[in-house]
Amino acid sequence: MIPENAVCVRPEGFTETPTHYCPGCTHGVAHRLVAEVLQEMNVLDKTIGVAPVGCSVFAYNYFDTDFVEAPHGRAPAMATGIKRVLPDRIVFTYQGDGDLASIGMGEIVHAAARGENLTVIFVNNANFGMTGGQMAPTTLPGMKTTSSQNGRDVETQGYPIKMAEMLATLDGVGFCARRSLHDAKNIRLAKKAIRLAFETQARGLGFAMVELLSTCPTNWGMTPVNSLKFVEEHMVPAYPLGDYKISEAIKQIKI
Amino acid sequence: MPKELWKGNEAIAEAAVRAGLEAYFGYPITPQTEILEYLSRRMPELGRAFVQAESELGAINMVYGAACTGVRVMSSSSSPGVSLMMEGISYIAGTEVPAVLVNVMRGGPGLGNIAPAQADYNQAVHGGGHGDYQPIVLAPASVQEAIDLMVLSFDLAEKYRSVCMMILDGCVGQMMEPAQMPEMRPVHRENWDWATNGKMGKRERRILSSIYIEPAEEEKMNLRLLNRWQTIQANEVRYKEYFLDDAEIVIVGFGTAGRVALSAVREARAEGIKVGLLRPVTVSPFPSEVIEQLAGRVDAFLVTEMNSGQMLEDVRLAVKGRVPVEFYGRLGGMVPFPDEILNEIHRMAKSKMAVNANPRDAWLARMATA
Ligand SMILES: Cc1ncc(C[n+]2csc(CCOP(=O)(O)OP(=O)(O)O)c2C)c(N)n1
Ligand code: SF4
Ligand SMILES: [Mg+2]
Repeated sequence: MIPENAVCVRPEGFTETPTHYCPGCTHGVAHRLVAEVLQEMNVLDKTIGVAPVGCSVFAYNYFDTDFVEAPHGRAPAMATGIKRVLPDRIVFTYQGDGDLASIGMGEIVHAAARGENLTVIFVNNANFGMTGGQMAPTTLPGMKTTSSQNGRDVETQGYPIKMAEMLATLDGVGFCARRSLHDAKNIRLAKKAIRLAFETQARGLGFAMVELLSTCPTNWGMTPVNSLKFVEEHMVPAYPLGDYKISEAIKQIKI
Repeated sequence: MPKELWKGNEAIAEAAVRAGLEAYFGYPITPQTEILEYLSRRMPELGRAFVQAESELGAINMVYGAACTGVRVMSSSSSPGVSLMMEGISYIAGTEVPAVLVNVMRGGPGLGNIAPAQADYNQAVHGGGHGDYQPIVLAPASVQEAIDLMVLSFDLAEKYRSVCMMILDGCVGQMMEPAQMPEMRPVHRENWDWATNGKMGKRERRILSSIYIEPAEEEKMNLRLLNRWQTIQANEVRYKEYFLDDAEIVIVGFGTAGRVALSAVREARAEGIKVGLLRPVTVSPFPSEVIEQLAGRVDAFLVTEMNSGQMLEDVRLAVKGRVPVEFYGRLGGMVPFPDEILNEIHRMAKSKMAVNANPRDAWLARMATA
């Protein structure tokens, strides 16, 4: 039983696995929000998750649902295969920005264009966390990474990709939003968006994605608190928060 | 079922449907596109899944996802597309889920051409994807055999939780022949104890992954695959033999090359030459044992392939230098005529190569002087 004075408890959607994420990393926050939403929608039993390659490669250890682990970037294709043969299940991918916006750009765009009834949780931390902080397609101009050591030079290394804006142009998309995980208020808003992204799938309204601006204190070389400030001061202006596409039926939902 | 006239690729597609195929994912590429086109019509008609993927990368990972749920799933492609699938094939092998693939091989390397070839033998039989794994590889030589092996592919893939690939070429894929379809099997969802299809209130959660982060665990997994492979080798070798009883010369050829060789063997027999044919049906597992036994009683082997001598090396391994192994190949999408192989039989009936000579060098030298 949960004691009455408990302030924070493990959501039912979680297994009892200690976290492997670095202190202050917001991957853990994103995980928790997904677990809470699946529990609140009472769909843990029929959910199949698809883990990416990236720091969240072990996502499958944390959720009390069936899980598969995809090759780098291919989670949306794997999820398509699962959902097409089990259309009454809830299928979601959880992907980083290297996974989704670099190597997996083809898979994500076409899953969205086909209007696959999938939910995608997209964690944008502006770098390749797992491999030690290299430049990602989402790295901010001028941002230093281990493979853009003088700061990302857009002349030679290109411009950041805005996934939420891009995917929102596709007709197969039912819900597409960007949120941030840098403070309590934004975390609550993020949870609502994640709920809507799963509701979109539950109602068969097409592809749904929530992009979450996230921290990587370890590779950014910042304290957890400064990382949250960095998200607020630098990431949010470059990646504006908001709903980029929301179908009429989803707008009606009150949570 | 009566015999009907079937085009190879369409026959393969219908045979898969009748074997209980629940999902097909593919991308167009000649000379296998009829499989995709046929299924784009047939699968939805039966309420089954069909997706034309954005690429072969997409297709193989859709196969991977569906395979994890335990349903019968397949993809088909041709050489360049199969190269793209290699990442996914390795993951499927590493996750130990069953998946069925068809490669209607074409001339290569690179974009090559769309003519019949067997140059992907090594890629199919000896890996292709990264890591230690061995797929089951079947090689039909006729439309009927392609139908039969297609059905068998699903059974083998499931039995061994393995990748099962059928390799053929545009000759078999594009040719029309009278053939008999199997009865329609009802779609049957096996209650696998490994499938990730949702807990559904019935069980603990399941995870399917190719990750074994502890090397000791990965080694165990590799050994598990190897043990399974030994069982496959012991139980699943299939081949066809023709005129082997009193043969002095044995031709070894798979698929179309084997079929062309059979015409040459029949002509040579009519002339009184004691020649026979061994046509591997499973090129992986390879019929090494029967070749080894033959090596104890025949005078010489001739390997014929539509490549530069890839299976040749597997035959040489089995023969272990006991008798000469000669080679005749056509490359780049060229198909040998029976006459060409008959010439080789005539030559060998007169004088055989030395045991220690290099068959590929000898063949190239003959080509240069021809
Ligand atoms: C085919 C392939 N290429 C490269 C890698 C190496 N790799 C592992 S994780 C990763 C980047 C992950 O970055 P991201 O998706 O942003 O996830 P994060 O760790 O930042 O959450 C790379 C390049 C790989 N595993 N597979
Ligand atoms: S490396 Fe970065 S993204 Fe990965 S767990 Fe650590 S803080 Fe999180
Ligand atoms: Mg990242």
